[in-house]
Amino acid sequence: MREIPSTEIAKAIARGLELAVRELPQEVEKALQAAREREDYLLARASLEILLENARLARENGLPLCQDTGIPVVFIRMGEEVRVRGLYAAVEEGLREGARRGYLRASVCEALSRKNTRTNTPGIIHLELAPGEDLEIFLLPKGCGSENMSRLAMLPPAAGLEGVKRFVVETVLQAGANPCPPVTVGIGLGGDFEYAAYLAKRALLRPLGNLHPREEVARLEREILEEINRLGIGPLGLGGRTTALAVHLETHPSHIASLPVAVNLQCHAHRMVRIVL
Amino acid sequence: MPKILYFPVEDREIFEALSPGELILIRGRLLGARDATHRRMLELLDQGMDLPVSLEGECLYYVGPSPAPPGKMIGAAGPTTAYRMDPYTPRLLELGLAATMGKGPRGPEVREAIKRHRALYLATFGGAGAYLARRITSVRVLAFEDLGPEALLELEVENFPAVVINTPSGEDYYQEVLRRAGSLG
Repeated sequence: MREIPSTEIAKAIARGLELAVRELPQEVEKALQAAREREDYLLARASLEILLENARLARENGLPLCQDTGIPVVFIRMGEEVRVRGLYAAVEEGLREGARRGYLRASVCEALSRKNTRTNTPGIIHLELAPGEDLEIFLLPKGCGSENMSRLAMLPPAAGLEGVKRFVVETVLQAGANPCPPVTVGIGLGGDFEYAAYLAKRALLRPLGNLHPREEVARLEREILEEINRLGIGPLGLGGRTTALAVHLETHPSHIASLPVAVNLQCHAHRMVRIVL
Repeated sequence: MPKILYFPVEDREIFEALSPGELILIRGRLLGARDATHRRMLELLDQGMDLPVSLEGECLYYVGPSPAPPGKMIGAAGPTTAYRMDPYTPRLLELGLAATMGKGPRGPEVREAIKRHRALYLATFGGAGAYLARRITSVRVLAFEDLGPEALLELEVENFPAVVINTPSGEDYYQEVLRRAGSLG
């Protein structure tokens, strides 16, 4: 057994969250640069220029990329050989401290009263066990311009892959400018109601644009991306070729009567930090 | 050179010359408000009370900035999604509000109200919070301080960039984009 002190986890999360809201991951910045080269329409280029300039300013001036510093979503893969006392409390402590030190906006409120919790917590914590003695943590401060545009359908199996594609593309079309395109599209296909949604979000953790290792899934990802980019929504919905930067699809077997599909949209500022302890 | 719009606007005549999809620059004053701010304003109106500030000729910017780090005047200050303010907007336009600014399309009732009042809806650059903060020269809480990031703000801006979406004559740039791409059914 390897014991990891909870203070170490809290510290790493605080530091990670501060970083996540300020520093656009390199592969996202590269994807936005590539998109700028593809666009010849004035507003599309201007928007991408501004987003790239924004990434530079955020990094250099210590301001968050976006005022919506998100609700913190935390995926934890904990090795079965790891022992932590008070894991959840340590995560929340780290999220509170990171929000304070990084000057994040308090964007979390009570669901009924809508009263702001003022700490930007609680976060959404997902825990999975894995073999080994590593503790791997993904921090995904999730903005809700994009989150609000996510959808889930329990399709009849007869809808087939065509039905799945149609549902995903329709989701992006309905979302239009709202999720701050170019988006990253996380898709959960199969499982059941809540697992499809979970997979859709977990799909976002994959390094941007890395295709699924299974060829049939990768092909579907490519086809969906192509269709989305034919919609013409473009950067920030102002028109252009780049509506999505990537499509990430995760699957899980489902009931023979069921074809759940969930689509979780992520904005152009695909903020994410991976911590390994 | 892009046209310059000044807020509060004295004469809305200048709105009539704007085209959907046109990039403009804003100078002057914006009022910052988002969900809870709107809810509070409408509660006041429902109770027959006055708003803390007259909306005549003003532009409401849908924003809830992140806190200012030490040595900075404001944190990130980009737009939030506009449709969430749709239930409140027609009533505010009736009170003389000249323009709103956020991101994403407005619903049919707001589009209709914009036309009826010869008003304007602008979009600015979503997720460019650090960039847009630099175009803000001062910030002050006008009211509802207890709402924290959703307080009513007064922002002075200099060359704040925006794109014309809904014009007084009823045009809608977002729809135009989709129509042009053949994506509108």
